[in-house]
Amino acid sequence: MVPAALGARAGVEAVVVGGSAGAVAALGEVLPKLPADFPPVLVVVHVLPSTPHLLAELFAPRCAMRVLEAESFAAIERGCVYFAPADYHLLVTRDRRCALSIEPPVNFSRPSIDVLFESAAVAFGPSLVGVVLTGASHDGAEGARVIAEGGGRTLVQEPATTEVPVMPAAVLAAVPSAHAVPLAGMASALRAMVMAP
Amino acid sequence: MDDDIELRRLIDTIYSRYHYDFRRYSSASVRRRAVQGMIALGCKTFSGLEELVVQDPAAFTQLLQYLTVQVSDLFRDPGYFRAFRERVVPVLRTYPSIKLWVAGCANGEEVYSFAVLLLEEGLLDRTMIYATDINPSALQAAEAGIYLLDRMRAFTANHQASGGTCSLSSYYTANYGSAVFDRTLRKNVVFSDHSLATDAVFSEVQVVSCRNVLIYFERELQDRAVGLFHDALSLRGFLGLGAKETLRFSRHEMGFDAFDAEERWYRRH
Ligand SMILES: C[S@@+](CC[C@H](N)C(=O)[O-])C[C@H]1O[C@@H](n2cnc3c(N)ncnc32)[C@H](O)[C@@H]1O
Repeated sequence: MVPAALGARAGVEAVVVGGSAGAVAALGEVLPKLPADFPPVLVVVHVLPSTPHLLAELFAPRCAMRVLEAESFAAIERGCVYFAPADYHLLVTRDRRCALSIEPPVNFSRPSIDVLFESAAVAFGPSLVGVVLTGASHDGAEGARVIAEGGGRTLVQEPATTEVPVMPAAVLAAVPSAHAVPLAGMASALRAMVMAP
Repeated sequence: MDDDIELRRLIDTIYSRYHYDFRRYSSASVRRRAVQGMIALGCKTFSGLEELVVQDPAAFTQLLQYLTVQVSDLFRDPGYFRAFRERVVPVLRTYPSIKLWVAGCANGEEVYSFAVLLLEEGLLDRTMIYATDINPSALQAAEAGIYLLDRMRAFTANHQASGGTCSLSSYYTANYGSAVFDRTLRKNVVFSDHSLATDAVFSEVQVVSCRNVLIYFERELQDRAVGLFHDALSLRGFLGLGAKETLRFSRHEMGFDAFDAEERWYRRH
């Protein structure tokens, strides 16, 4: 099920996820299938600023993990999913806490996937896994490159199984080590990476 | 990453050479800002950047533009200003004079928001506004009160949503793609350089508005800043924070009551 190359090197300590057009539905195929004690998952979805709070509220009742909107200073803990609030960048600090910022949009997006991935790569290095889902922008490609540079790994939603293939395709083009996984197998691929010794 | 130490040295050098103290800012954001500055100034490493700013104060001035985040809007988060108008203003009305401190005022958007609101409520004449920031070019821009005309449509919508009683366009004149705010709005505004990281309280005030500044601070530095606000505020004075900021993790939480928790207004006791 999981390609050999994905077998664990460092243990997985955190997962960062990014998605845009179609990503809310795609997340519905991933987050609810993760167990309650899964490593922390941080999520950036490009949404309109007019839909605050919604994502955490939408997913909380469907997930075994605790689903929260990220707050400044919140320690990043196992068993929790953190959504970037609308209109703020979500970053990870060196001591593995959430940080928010209103600096200008990156790739026309705030929150931006690159901003989350790059800061998480600094904090988690090789124990980080990035996931890029469906979307119509290139946000996430640079972030995935930085994750790879730090020794972490990236999975993308198999472009053929996306609503909009641009975003995962951009990652595959930018990061040769990124692996495409069909949406239906994404949760089990992640679980296998976490389980592998 | 391995250049953590270099980054730390850059920040230490900036402090000892220029007295700007970013040492207790949230690491993720400082790193991101420093990388942007490094690229803009044509350096390849934090050490290279350190060398450059030590030799060339003009380069430091440029770097400062990257290290501080100036993003703002007029009436950003209209609900915050609506809560001020509907719940704080009635209390302020009973005071003979009012002092308001806008800490981290960036290019002045928040200052003009308060000035317009207080004018509409008939309180501007007896209000003194202290607008402070650490970025000198931001303070200059704030004092000038000139914004791109393109931004006015969004500002107008925010103003209306905040309960604005007049048309925002009656407070500025349009001029070659710019909106120039009426100088009478800043008649009682003092713009000054003040750092929440290194400076002390300078006056007693009845209201502090400090939005989207504390999110860039580590907890310790946040405690310092909130401590300043507590010391500056008169008894039962008001403190307003950014939409994603709270006193929940603060050492001074007990020194304040939530006044409008949703809109982040607190009251000192
Ligand atoms: C993102 S802007 C906030 C603007 C406005 N208050 C708002 O919420 O729209 C942050 C501002 O805080 C200023 N700042 C950063 N560190 C500061 C410090 N130590 N003391 C005072 N201001 C600071 C920056 O220069 C910048 O102008």
